[in-house]
Amino acid sequence: MNPTHNHFPEGPSFRSALNTRYRVASVWQALFFSALLIAIISLTALIYDIVDGAFGYVAYDYKKDPATFTSTPLEDLTREELLTILQANLSSGAYNKLNNEKAMETRLQGELYTLFLERLIQLDIKKTWSFTESIMRAGAIRTEAAEKYPAAKLEFRSWLTPQFLTSPMSSKAEFAGVRTAILGSLWLVGIALLFAMPIGTGAAIYLQEYAPKNWLTKIIQTNINNLAGVPSIVYGMLGLAIFVRVLEPFTSGSLFGVTDSNGRTVLSAGLTMGILILPLIIINAQEAIKAVPDSLRQAAYGVGATKWQTVWHHILPNSIAGILTGSILALSRALGETAPLIVVGASTFISVDPSGPFSKFTALPIQIYQWTTRPQSEFHAIAASAIIVLLVMLLTLNATAILLRNRFQRKY
Amino acid sequence: MKNQFKNLDLRKKPRIGEDAIQGLLFIAGILSIFTTLAIVYELGKEAWLFFGDPEVTLAKFFWTTRWQPGIGQFGVWSLVTSTLITSFIAMLISLPLGLASALFLSEYASLRARSILKPILEVLAGIPTVVYGYFALLFVTPILKNIFGDVVQVYNMASAGLVMGIMILPLISSMSEDALSAVPRALREGAYAMGATKFETSIQVVLPAALSGIGAALIIGISRAVGETMIVAVAAGAGPKFTFDPFQAAETMTGHIARISGGDLSYNTIDYTSLFAIALMLFLVTLVLNLISQRVVSRFRERYE
Repeated sequence: MNPTHNHFPEGPSFRSALNTRYRVASVWQALFFSALLIAIISLTALIYDIVDGAFGYVAYDYKKDPATFTSTPLEDLTREELLTILQANLSSGAYNKLNNEKAMETRLQGELYTLFLERLIQLDIKKTWSFTESIMRAGAIRTEAAEKYPAAKLEFRSWLTPQFLTSPMSSKAEFAGVRTAILGSLWLVGIALLFAMPIGTGAAIYLQEYAPKNWLTKIIQTNINNLAGVPSIVYGMLGLAIFVRVLEPFTSGSLFGVTDSNGRTVLSAGLTMGILILPLIIINAQEAIKAVPDSLRQAAYGVGATKWQTVWHHILPNSIAGILTGSILALSRALGETAPLIVVGASTFISVDPSGPFSKFTALPIQIYQWTTRPQSEFHAIAASAIIVLLVMLLTLNATAILLRNRFQRKY
Repeated sequence: MKNQFKNLDLRKKPRIGEDAIQGLLFIAGILSIFTTLAIVYELGKEAWLFFGDPEVTLAKFFWTTRWQPGIGQFGVWSLVTSTLITSFIAMLISLPLGLASALFLSEYASLRARSILKPILEVLAGIPTVVYGYFALLFVTPILKNIFGDVVQVYNMASAGLVMGIMILPLISSMSEDALSAVPRALREGAYAMGATKFETSIQVVLPAALSGIGAALIIGISRAVGETMIVAVAAGAGPKFTFDPFQAAETMTGHIARISGGDLSYNTIDYTSLFAIALMLFLVTLVLNLISQRVVSRFRERYE
């Protein structure tokens, strides 16, 4: 063939241009991938940072010598011994106060021991080290601790202990726990779900099955999409204005004879959270209902079912897995949400378990926020432990959602 | 024969139960409108009280730069600038990274690689923001201090913005990826047939075709950044400050609301109403951004069918 008629460009200049194009292409491909790499590194750094904070060496000493209270070694103290020591050495006012919170006789050995450490010998944290430091510079830490705090004991500890999960709040990091916060969070998401799931599912059914195609439906739909994008703190302000202030007689429980609270209750916060996750639940439920094929509806109508019979017997059973999955995902959003709770007025220091919808409350993310913003490093350590607890809860929720989806998802 | 059909009534039977259920469902549907109305009404009412205060003037609000309602200073700019700076830094991080990872996931990654990489982004998206706040204050800020030295304050806008960028990255990435994968395959095949490399196809053919979706992602990202509270509340500092230096501490609008409302706040004070004025601003800004984004998607979507 005559080379002048060849339509394909050739020659060294074309070759080198082509090579440049290939080079550029592969460089950019690497760049695109590195964006994902940065995301992976960030996630790793975040998890590392949390683990790093939750474990490590701690140097502490006792303000008072244990020997002044008892001659038995600390590890061997029994419940009865501890009880007598506490009774003998605590001021009667302090003892009665503790007794009122929970009868001393019913407390376990561990609880009494904590009280003994906290109130009597007053364990005092001198310094904490992060996990990495503790591993890499164990020797240096030992010498540093020996020089600076000769009286102090050095101990490698995990801040995340069973005791951390079961103790209430305390002003001392080493005795603080997340029990109250976990219970508060559970109350909160429970109320939010009770409020938002029926309404959200109902709204989704209305929009998918009943709503005529008109301007009102269009407005409702646009509005729901917009509400999903409203910053959570704005919901907090709404909750403060409506639930805490206007509906105070209801949310404080004074309508029902509760006298000792104001509107800043777990009920107000739960309802605020419910309003916040409502659009998410509606959107997810709509998707689930949309996935039910039309043939099912037509078949139901064909045998003379009414609209509601169709919805109740065919559409809901076929979309319930999707609706539940969506609701669980919305729930995990509510569990991690912090800003609206601050605005609605979560208590920052509360050591009594929430006992009902009209209790004051704190929640896990609130505790994390509180502890993170403290300057002392031992509070950062318990913040990290609380974060691990929160992340594990979220992980469980999301895993449940995924399992539900895989188990019950129907393909048509 | 005819008698048999005499009593047959073919009109729709009145079903009270059905109607009641439909009514209840309608109420559930319309409730979201009431949420919006309640937000507008409550924020508007308190903001009205705020601007009705003889000490507050719109001119003061928009043209001065110190915010301290307690002593009669109402310059909202000290809060707005820090919101803008943190959001700007966040978008500076999340837009290029999110777009690049979306391009990789939709154009380059194999199915297997996608199934590993996407969940990582989803995990990032599912982490509560207060955890990001912890990360910003206790990990990123020390690193910034190491790199830039003592100009970096303990609380600073840069670290809050950076971490916010990481938080928004998955959002931008997944929205952009949706837009990119909606571009029909025929366009890519056409480009390959012309001899374009994968990169040229992605940038010159697929990306322009998905531009509206990416624009929407950008706008939603900005709206998220503006409304984000916990990261800035933890890491950006307490106390409004009019500064453009990202290494300084300055409180954003959301951070200010969180800090003031977290304290003892009595109703009907200027502190209380001023928070609602700020929240109203936030609400309006994010509302407009969200509306624009929805409009962009529906108006400028390239249609191929």
